[in-house]
Order: sequence, then C-alpha cells, then structure tokens
Amino acid sequence: MKKILIIGATSAIAEATARILAQRGDELFLVARNQERLNVITEDLKVRGSLGVHSYFMDANNFEEHLPMLNEAFGILGNIDIVLIAHGTLSNQKECEHSVDLTMHDIKTNALSVIALLTHLANRFEIHRSGTIAVISSVAGDRGRTSNYVYGSAKAMVTTFTSGLRQRLYKSGVSVVTIKPGFVDTPMTAKFKKGLLWASPEKVANLIVVACDKKNTVVYIPGFWWGIMKIIKIIPEKIFKKLSL
Amino acid sequence: MKIYGWGRYPTIDAQVLLPQTQSVCVDLIKGSQTVLPRGMGRSYGDSANSSTVIQSDYLDHFIEFNESTGVLTCEAGVSIREVLELTVPSGWFVSVTPGSSFVTIGGAIASDVHGKNHHLSGTFSEHLLSFDLLLGSGEIVSVTKDNYPDLFRATCGGMGLTGMILSASIQLKPIKSSQIHQTTIKASCLEVVCEQFEANHASTYSVAWIDCLLSGKQLGRSLLMLGEHAQDCTLELRKKKSLNMPIDMPSSILNHHSIKAFNSLYYHRIFSKTKTELVSFEPYFYPLDAISNWNRLYGKAGFVQYQFVLPKTVGVKGMKKILEVIVSSRKGSFLAVLKAFGKANENFLSFPIEGYTLALDFKMSEETVQLIKLLDSMVVEMGGRIYLTKDALMTETSFKKTYLHWEQFEEVRSKYGAIGKFASSQSKRLGLQ
Repeated sequence: MKKILIIGATSAIAEATARILAQRGDELFLVARNQERLNVITEDLKVRGSLGVHSYFMDANNFEEHLPMLNEAFGILGNIDIVLIAHGTLSNQKECEHSVDLTMHDIKTNALSVIALLTHLANRFEIHRSGTIAVISSVAGDRGRTSNYVYGSAKAMVTTFTSGLRQRLYKSGVSVVTIKPGFVDTPMTAKFKKGLLWASPEKVANLIVVACDKKNTVVYIPGFWWGIMKIIKIIPEKIFKKLSL
Repeated sequence: MKIYGWGRYPTIDAQVLLPQTQSVCVDLIKGSQTVLPRGMGRSYGDSANSSTVIQSDYLDHFIEFNESTGVLTCEAGVSIREVLELTVPSGWFVSVTPGSSFVTIGGAIASDVHGKNHHLSGTFSEHLLSFDLLLGSGEIVSVTKDNYPDLFRATCGGMGLTGMILSASIQLKPIKSSQIHQTTIKASCLEVVCEQFEANHASTYSVAWIDCLLSGKQLGRSLLMLGEHAQDCTLELRKKKSLNMPIDMPSSILNHHSIKAFNSLYYHRIFSKTKTELVSFEPYFYPLDAISNWNRLYGKAGFVQYQFVLPKTVGVKGMKKILEVIVSSRKGSFLAVLKAFGKANENFLSFPIEGYTLALDFKMSEETVQLIKLLDSMVVEMGGRIYLTKDALMTETSFKKTYLHWEQFEEVRSKYGAIGKFASSQSKRLGLQ
C-alpha cells in the first residue's frame, strides 16, 4: 500500500488515476477547491477499495494555504510515496490576448502555483530521501503556438522547472516525473472536436501510474506524442512562424 | 453535435450537456426549455435523441456498497460493467442484466431492462430499492415503491420522460463463482424450442438464438442456451482486450448468402443434441461487448433492432406467422434472439408481458421500413407490443393501442412537472406531451 497526495484531485486525469490507485488499496490525500465534487469523489474512492481517503479544500492560487495543507497531508500520511500535481485550467487564448489580468491569472494557476508547491515539496522529499514527485505538464509546453501559447508557456515553465528539480533531487534518491499528455477527452476539452489523436482519461491514467511506479523522467502520454513533438520541435522558427497550428 | 442511438438511425443534431455535479444538473434543468437525460446511448432507436440532452458521463461515482447485504448505491452514470468490476470479486452480481454491460444504471431503470432470467426474476426495477429523481421543477425526490408509487411506476420503463435519475440503490444477488455453466440444446424448429423453454422453466437463465432465414420444416431452428452460476470456481474477472470495428463495413458484405452461411456454421458447431460447458460470465451475458463499435457492421445507413413480444395466449402459432413473414422477406439478420418472458410488472411502460419475445436486426433501408410496418400491424393485432428501447419507427396509434397505461403515465408526468420539460424524438413521434 502506497501513500499518495493528489493536488487537483477533481481533474478528470487525476480522478481516473486515483481510481486505479484506490482499487489497489493505496491511501490517498486529495486536495481540490470544489467541495461538492471532492466529497463525491472521496466517497467513490472509498467504495473502490482505498484503505483511507482524506480530503482537503484549497485553492492552489492561495499560496499561503500551501504549507498548512502540506503539514496536514504529511501529518496524516506520514511518509508520502507519490505526490501527483494535476491542477490547472485550459486558458482561453483569445480572451487572454486582450487581458493582462487573465493572462497573469492563468500563468499563476498553471505555472506559479505549481512551482510554489514544488518548492515546499522538494525540501520535504529531500529530507526523506525517497519518493516520487509527478507533475502534469503538457505537450503544449514543448513549443508555443498561436492557438494556446499562454497555456503552453506556463506548461513550458513547469517542464523546465521539473527538469532542474529532477537533477537536484536525483542525488537524494527522489524521482521527479514530468508527464506530458497530448489531447485528452475531459470536461476541460469538452468543446473540442475529437479525432484519432485523442485519448481517454482512463488510458492516460494507466500510463501515469506506470510512469510513477517505474520512476520515469519525462513521459509523453500516449507515447506517440514523443514522435509528433520531436517533429514539431525541429521545424525551424522561420518556417514555424508561417504555420497555423 | 450529431447524436444517435446504437442502431445509428435516426440521427439528430443536439446540444450535449455534460454536468459534473448534481447541483449543475439542477441548474441545467431549471434553465432549459426541453431536455432529455441520456446515458451511454445504447438504446437502439431515437428514444435517447433530443435537441438538448443531459448526458451522465461524469455522474459515474459509487456512493456506498455493503458487501454483507449486497446493496449498492451509485450515481446514475455508472455502467453495469463498472458495477460488475467492483462487485463480482466480492461475490455479488446484478440481479438482472441486459445483453450489453455498456448500459448505465439510469438507463437500465429508464428502459426497465430485462435479461435472460426474466421468467424468474422479472425486470431491473424489481430489484431497485430506491432512486433520486430530479424533477422538471428542479426539486430532487427520493423515490421508492412505497413513498411515491406513481412516480416509481412511471419512471421505471419511462424512457427518461419523468425526470433525470441522479442515483439509485440496487439489490445485487450473491454468486459463488464468476463462471457460468452453459448448456446448449439444439432445437430443430420453433415448436421444439418453445417446448424446451417450458421444460427448462426452472433454469436460471435461458435464451435461444434463432435462425431467421430458414423456412418450412426448419422454421425457427434454434440453439437454446441455458445458464446457471457455477458453485465452485473463482470470482475473477476476465482480462481480455476488446476488438474494435474501426470503420463502417461496406453494407453489401452482410447479405442473404453471407448470413445464411454464418447461421449454418453457428448451428452445426454444436455436434451433440445438448452440450454443457463452463464459460466466463462476460461471453455468456455480453458476447457482443467484446467487439467495440460492432454496430458499424451494418454500414453507414445503420440498422433497426426490432423487438416485440406476443402474449402467451397467441403463443407459438402467432410467433410462427410473424417468423414466416420475416423469413420470406429474406432480410433477417444473424442476430435473432428468442426468449420466454415471465409475468408483466405494474410499471406503466415496461415492455415485458408473459409470452414470447423475439429481437432481430434489420439493416436500414426503405424496404425495412415497409417490412416493419407490416410486422407492427401483425404484432398489434395479436395483442403484442414493441420494445420502446429498440423502437425507431412505431406509430402513435400502435403505441397507444399496445401500451394501455399511457394515459396514467401522462397523468403522473403532468403531476410532477415533466410535460414540456422532458421529451425525446420518440416521445414526440408517439404522441406524448
């Protein structure tokens, strides 16, 4: 039985992951800001077999709430085996272009709050000298595109930050896993037309659990996104700027 | 977005709402003109088609499972498959299951589904302890058979037209094994298979696969499949990946000759008169669930699954008359299923009545529409009826002649503010308000 902290537990990917972990009997500490949904999910995971599910309400954008939350999580779970940071919003790119406030807010949600949490977590894990920190970034962070560069640049920051953190914590035996999902069919993307490249949250969750257990470094989910992003990254900027992606 | 039932006919351009909480459901119902709750879209015709649908995809949480009593409470969007994955390892099975596990609990109640054990166990609602129903007013009521008998009788089998089912408590039945003892009996014609149904009344599960292409002395040649839960095996689930039908089949592949060949092979694969084997519950109850998107087999035009029931009084003779029409049309498919129903229940629109039911697929075409018209008239004349969950073509007159409690159904809908709020393409076609 593992002890797992999930931040952003009501996100579709996090919930699907939690279901797999609950079924195998792991103890979970769930953090989210929507109380009604968190309560429903907590009861559900208990029925699915988790030996203990604890919930905590917090808005990740209130940085001062991070420490009390972590104190409670470590207090209840003791040593944490895996932390999964999964919260975030999909920015409305068009609206962001006309609003500094909205752009800053989305960067705060998708990047700064993650970095604030990671800063605390890194120090605690470093002392324990074990455990896995898994963070959901995105393929969107690999290169900025017209259609979602606000979201993309926030995720790029997360990717780069976790890359550095991975090097630092390697010496302490702590794994940092950067998860880069492609298109996932969730409420966040309900408005998009779905095609062959889309994956279900269940499929993504299965791959996340495998990546965490294997202590991988950077994982594209599903794997074919590694190839797609490889190609997208080698396109020279001169040509890339003319593309509409 | 274009939506359709499992038969992929007819289609409708609809707004699909995907609430994540019950309170959002309340807001959506209050804020909408006409809506229809929808589960996994596994009913075949247009009973889950509407210009605005509230889909239960994200209302898929378990609420409570008591392993000592076998009472399960969950949200309406949980599928029978998910229920079984949870409960089979601890020795509990759904009391009644339809032929697909990709059906939500909400949908199972709305269709008041039946299964291979109808002759002994009745329909799904007969094992339903209570459910929470969101009414047109936005009010949520907790319904049991005793506290709101009218709402219970209208909602079970009511095709989502009384309100949105949010959650339900169901009574499961204990099993000792996830395996089924399956006995297959060869029956050379319709009379023989019907005799066998009677002779094997005590069998927990019974259903016959029937060849709808053979005429004359071979009319109704069948394989009767009986089943009992095994007593002494493990409670493991099968871990087998499903196959997928990635594209629409060219519709010419399924024709009279290919189906005839398939049917013959299927019948003769059993050598002896009876055969007993031990099989997992998955292939026994849900053979087609192993192939994702099998409905694409019928090509772009889609298909109609036609299921009717004839009362016991009409019996074998009536079934024979209808089979003869189907055989001479040469349009019958290889998926024809015959079942003997037990007694009807009290719900206003539940399908089963005591007698024989036959279900089969017809590839969609103009000729099919004409054939179904003819079959409808025969069924109505013999005092039978068509299953609303499969129906795509029935007329208002046929509906009102065969579902005799439709007026009581409308009274209950009126009393609880459902009229004008909940409607489907089907309910409009059938002349419901």
